[in-house]
Amino acid sequence: MNSQTPVIQVDGLSRTYRDVSALTDVTFSLQPGIICGLLGRNGAGKTTLMRMLTGQEFPSAGSARVFGEDPVENSTVLQQMCFVSEGQRYPDGYQARHVLAGAPWFFANWDAAFADDLVGKFRLPLKRDVRKLSRGQQSALGVILGLASRAPVTIFDEPYLGLDAVARHTFYDTLLADYAEQPRTVLLSTHLIDEVSNLLEHVLVLDEGRLLLDQSAESLRGSASAVAGRAGDVDSFAEGREVLHRDTLGGLATVTISGRLSAADHRAAVAAGLEVAPVSFQQLIVDLTTPSTPRSAVASAVYE
Amino acid sequence: MDEGRPIFQQIAERVENDILSGALSEEAQVPSTNEFAMYYRINPATAGKGVNLLVEQGILYKRRGIGMFVATGARDRITTRRRELFVLEYIAPMLAEAASLGITPDHLTQLIKTQLIDTQLIDNQLSEKETR
Repeated sequence: MNSQTPVIQVDGLSRTYRDVSALTDVTFSLQPGIICGLLGRNGAGKTTLMRMLTGQEFPSAGSARVFGEDPVENSTVLQQMCFVSEGQRYPDGYQARHVLAGAPWFFANWDAAFADDLVGKFRLPLKRDVRKLSRGQQSALGVILGLASRAPVTIFDEPYLGLDAVARHTFYDTLLADYAEQPRTVLLSTHLIDEVSNLLEHVLVLDEGRLLLDQSAESLRGSASAVAGRAGDVDSFAEGREVLHRDTLGGLATVTISGRLSAADHRAAVAAGLEVAPVSFQQLIVDLTTPSTPRSAVASAVYE
Repeated sequence: MDEGRPIFQQIAERVENDILSGALSEEAQVPSTNEFAMYYRINPATAGKGVNLLVEQGILYKRRGIGMFVATGARDRITTRRRELFVLEYIAPMLAEAASLGITPDHLTQLIKTQLIDTQLIDNQLSEKETR
């Protein structure tokens, strides 16, 4: 397969607000037609990055390009993009049906029949003031916009605050079905990592404004193991390996070790009386973005 | 889905299991990549990778424009490979555990035979009840 031109290209992107830096030197590119997760803690810079990709914010340094062009005030690019932002505001008296009626002006590929179908699936009241909709119903409106816009680049920022489990699964199923029929680039930020991890093909992780991870979801899965047992045994096994996280309970310790363990490693661990378990996708992201106490400090505290 | 292993491998294994159990017979059509993706709620690219793994191994074959089918001889091929894995995944760990518990190889053989007889007795009793 020959590599395609990236649909999103971000180079050395930084954004500072007075003395706060929201994004620092972020560089990555996304191939077209993939579902990519943008993960990270609150305040990691996810929304700032999304706003810059959709031309709603200016970079302090570096550049963000979509379809090879600067998205700022670029209607050709923006017509091919849909940004579903968290807590989207609408004018007074605006009802859901007004929002859907206006959508074809903004999105070149808008599919009204598909939107109607989704309104039914999500049970969205059309004739109620958007401001009076519940948090979940407002999220449903955003999700409907995002899906029915069929935009070649669709960006969802925390699309399902307040959505119940049924509605979230409706969203995942509809996204997959529609994506399978009409492949497009989807960038999705979320905190419900375990729920979406199987949908993702690629993962970007931001932490304190810096890009921590940029890799395929498949390569991330199983790329860390939790090893538990007596602290001394655990530490001698962990010696020379990259430890992402370490927890202790009395004389017992659990460490998260980065990198795949070979069959021989597994046998060695089991022979040393240690328990080895896979680390879930969500746990791995949590471990990567949790400030960890330096290992030597923890170790000395335990052995005192 | 099991967290520790790549999803595409797990998809490939599930298809293999269906072929072994006879749920998918040789020359039968298998679901499309998108159907797998929807059913297991996984990314279509991942499902495609799992299916392609089986195509590379000659378990499945593609008919352009029609779909994916189970190859003739797929069942034998899977059985052969699974038998090799059986030694690694079941026999070897069992021997290691037996050694750590001080069970001698002779004692282990005896235990397997006894277990086999017990299972057969239960099976016979069950089938007798059914025929009555």
